Amino acid sequence: MGSNTYTITSPVMGTFYRASAPGEKPLVEVGQKVDAAAIVCMIESMKIFTELRADQPGTVKKILVENEEPVMKNQELIEIEIG
Amino acid sequence: MATAQFSKILIANRGEIAVRIIRACREMGIKTVAVFSDADADALHVKYADEAVHIGPALSRKSYLNIDRIIQAGKDTGADAVHPGYGFLSENADFANACADNQLIFIGPSGECIAASGNKSAARKTLTAAGIATIPGSEDIISSPQEAFEIAAQVGYPVILKASGGGGGRGMRIAYDKNELADAVAVASGEARAAFGNPDLYLEKYIEKPRHIEIQILADHFGNRIHLGERECSIQMRYQKLIEESPSPFVDPELRNKLGQTAIQVAGLVGYTNAGTIEFLVDKDKNFYFMEVNARVQVEHPVTELVTGIDIVQQQILLAQGEPLALKQDEVQLNGWSLECRINAADPADNFMPSPGEITHLILPAGPGVRVDTHIFNPYVISPFYDSLIGKLVVWARDRGMAIKRMQRALAEFQIEGIKSTIPFHQQVFQDADFIRGDIDTHFLEKMGRSGLSGI
Repeated sequence: MGSNTYTITSPVMGTFYRASAPGEKPLVEVGQKVDAAAIVCMIESMKIFTELRADQPGTVKKILVENEEPVMKNQELIEIEIG
Repeated sequence: MATAQFSKILIANRGEIAVRIIRACREMGIKTVAVFSDADADALHVKYADEAVHIGPALSRKSYLNIDRIIQAGKDTGADAVHPGYGFLSENADFANACADNQLIFIGPSGECIAASGNKSAARKTLTAAGIATIPGSEDIISSPQEAFEIAAQVGYPVILKASGGGGGRGMRIAYDKNELADAVAVASGEARAAFGNPDLYLEKYIEKPRHIEIQILADHFGNRIHLGERECSIQMRYQKLIEESPSPFVDPELRNKLGQTAIQVAGLVGYTNAGTIEFLVDKDKNFYFMEVNARVQVEHPVTELVTGIDIVQQQILLAQGEPLALKQDEVQLNGWSLECRINAADPADNFMPSPGEITHLILPAGPGVRVDTHIFNPYVISPFYDSLIGKLVVWARDRGMAIKRMQRALAEFQIEGIKSTIPFHQQVFQDADFIRGDIDTHFLEKMGRSGLSGI
């Protein structure tokens, strides 16, 4: 990972969701530009949903986890190239 | 309805309530079938049940909410009845109907009654027509300041404006007179637009120092209905109850009787059978307003059990068997005082952030007057897939003061390591002067937060 990318990590053990609700389209796709504070994915832990947001504007480079996969605390989820 | 002695019950749930139901069944000589997901193969309810059936992956949607799999498990094991517990499918009319269609008796009200109770605006209309008070306000969004003034004049000040897209306190404004309301309409609408992209507001009477008080009822198939007194559930965080007690320090015999009779009337109007709860909001002047029917056993049912001596889960099973209520209203006496703390895997020092993980050390409180309903043991991994409730610490004593001392003692005994829990939060509440005095309302934790809840 270069210095011009950053990674969104999970704040809590839970389940990774790419969409904000079942049946909705994914919040982001690889190659998509995102603004700072754009919601990029959701983590559900113990029925509580947490929206994860981009830190700075950039382009989604990699999505490292499949939809509905379990994730650990601090696990890397989405790589974003700054700019 | 013919009575039928159950010989086997499937429990369509997990966690502490599944364990609670298995305990009632075992005491009644009824065999039990547990169902479990991939995440729960080693769970306590699986160990305690006579049989256990795997029903799918960890995600609730694919296991504990999977009606087809659960019905199939019931048929395959030859169960007579299904106990849904709380949460999951407990208030799902389709599930209740699917049970009935497959010759499984659903331990709860009929699918029709669940649907009627769940449709809040329809239920509100039925009950209002019968003269039961609901919180008065605008039926729809308010279209102009003029309309807000008219409705406010009808329901009486103070009033509260709420954003229709809202939640979390944003877009809410309280007004004590017409001038304040004029300002509030402008401000609240702007806030609502900024927060939710939707400026629509509705208006209702603002209940000052509101308490959440609910009545436990039992109803058989022959029109007999009784109530088991109240539970005070005002200690809430974002509408999640954290501490419950029975009786309520605010309710006198006259109010108890009025609430109880109203709850029984509501049960009759919606055709309620089995055990259920009618929730009310009660203001500082003891006016009360119907909120909703909870068509299931409640998390907090143990406090009622400890003061009445009545086993509510056993009553649910007897009523589902088609037996008439064996108890008369005048046989229900509230004896002493009971308090419950919900022990959640959540971090009170970090905004109650979920805290799943492995329990590495556990000592449960015990001794006189202490009851712990839990499914955790050591070692046990609390998975992130389900509710954060990991146990209920319930105490009984002769009066409220002694029950509070007993809870303080039991909380001090409770040792859990490996995860964060709500125990330190409860220890702080049980030292709070207002709480100890019984001076509580649904805003208690907001007020307490401003005066130093962050210290834990």
